[in-house]
Amino acid sequence: MGTITFTEYDGTSHEVEFADGESLMELATSNGVPGIDGDCGGEASCGTCHVIVDDAWIAATGPRSDEESQMIEMSPECAPNSRLACQLKACAGLDGLKVRLPEFQM
Amino acid sequence: MTTTTSMLTKAKAAITDKVQATVPVDRQVRAAHLVKKAQRFAGLSTPLVFTEQPIPDPADVPLTEIDVSNPFMNRQGKWYPYFARLREEAPIHYLADSPFGPFWSITRYADIQAVDSNPDVFSAEPYIVLGPPPLEIEMFIAMDPPKHDVQRKAVQGVVAPRNLKEMESLIRERVQEVLDGLPTDEPFDWVQAVSKEITGRMLATLLDFPYEQRHKLTYWSDTISGTAEGTGGTTHQDEMFAAAEELARSFVALWHDKAARRAAGEPDGFDLITLMQTSEDTKDLIHKPMEFLGNLTLLIVGGNDTTRNSMSGGVYALNQYPDQFEKLKADPSLIPNMVSEIIRWQTPLAYMRRVAKKDVHFGGQFIRKGDQVIMWYASGNRDERKFEDADRLIIDRKNARNHMSFGFGVHRCMGNRLAEMQLRILWEELLERFDRIEVVGEPEYVQSNFVKGYDSMMVRLTPKAAPAQAGAAPAEAASAA
Repeated sequence: MGTITFTEYDGTSHEVEFADGESLMELATSNGVPGIDGDCGGEASCGTCHVIVDDAWIAATGPRSDEESQMIEMSPECAPNSRLACQLKACAGLDGLKVRLPEFQM
Repeated sequence: MTTTTSMLTKAKAAITDKVQATVPVDRQVRAAHLVKKAQRFAGLSTPLVFTEQPIPDPADVPLTEIDVSNPFMNRQGKWYPYFARLREEAPIHYLADSPFGPFWSITRYADIQAVDSNPDVFSAEPYIVLGPPPLEIEMFIAMDPPKHDVQRKAVQGVVAPRNLKEMESLIRERVQEVLDGLPTDEPFDWVQAVSKEITGRMLATLLDFPYEQRHKLTYWSDTISGTAEGTGGTTHQDEMFAAAEELARSFVALWHDKAARRAAGEPDGFDLITLMQTSEDTKDLIHKPMEFLGNLTLLIVGGNDTTRNSMSGGVYALNQYPDQFEKLKADPSLIPNMVSEIIRWQTPLAYMRRVAKKDVHFGGQFIRKGDQVIMWYASGNRDERKFEDADRLIIDRKNARNHMSFGFGVHRCMGNRLAEMQLRILWEELLERFDRIEVVGEPEYVQSNFVKGYDSMMVRLTPKAAPAQAGAAPAEAASAA
């Protein structure tokens, strides 16, 4: 258990409680966080759950995989800390994690 | 030896670039056409022609002989029962012989997603339809990373959400113009009057193509994607070459015209040509004409059949399931989800083709290097393992967004947000105006194994009570057709 904060592009923040093992994509879509689509259902194959991890947390989450890069790097909003939320699993070590959302998912 | 090969490849690439840069692109298309003609006269190739025959029920055909590449499957309403059998009995199915050669059919949702997400094993090169198109146009939809990524990034800005936001009001105006001109006192062909008309106007806007010539865009697109050799369609290869040549000439002229207007101080628009001319990666694309032609063709074809047939398919589906239309009228906030559901239900492009780059064990079968692998999105979208009651249109379906009509992986549809927006606007404006949108008679279907679409569909409209337009209300008057 713990919380993760999603901040929308316009600055609106959503603090969401998680159970271990849920992906950030599932957390966002099941808690009404707008701006995350997750069209492929969590297979890293659509790129519509793009989040940008806060600098202070990137060491804890680790950088994106090649598989994620293939999808995210197409987006003009891709940043060094960009990840796919479906590939980030919530766990005790990520309690308090902050991520922000791009303006658009594509 | 590798060094020699790579030196030769490099030299060949350099020469190709040079030829591309110096020979006008329409001449290059004509040259390719002459080669094809010469092959035909020498008896080395015969243009394909398909003749329609009644297709038996899937239960009456031996499993090994099932051929879902038959371009009349959709017209005869047979695709779905055939796919249902394949999903159950042979989800990774091999057909040893067809007019398009041997091929594997992948028909379950999860398997298709796995193939689509694995470009290292399953290549999109050199083409993505069942048979080799008579003219090979360089399009990034049929390129693997990293070349694909470079080309796609260069042009995708035109349909990126940021640009679409700027275009939304213009798109809405275009849709309103079309809908306000529709007859409400007699049935008319929805495909011509609405689906083709709106997509044509949209493409002309997106490309800043001369508006009064917009019908050419749809003609070129239909002709190029409808070759018998590529998709089992009705286009003879000579007609295809003529269309490609005209398209090439027109777009080279459009590029130069745009450059001249911009040089004369015309403010930059949001159109594709401006975007290409102002982007560092693409400002000299005109010097690589085959690539330029490829990117434009891809955008035209990609934005044409797809949205058009979803515009027709949505109306058809809501007539099949009238309770869903009532649900929609009661709650128009369902439109965005319904748009995804319509795209799932219709699946305007039935498949994409891949080629195995190496021997691979997949789903219990052994796929050899070089084999053609067809990912049948039309089947995956009706897979009960993924979608409950999959054949029904359910406009508030929870997982409608998980449909695979846009594909998955690096080739995922670049225009998906534009498509969704066009369909959303269409349905918003339709609900404003009409109480009933009634399909009268059965639609006519496109001959193709690729485009799952409508040639014509007669529709009668009933305006909402107290319509803004003058004129007699048609009410329920049954007009003689």
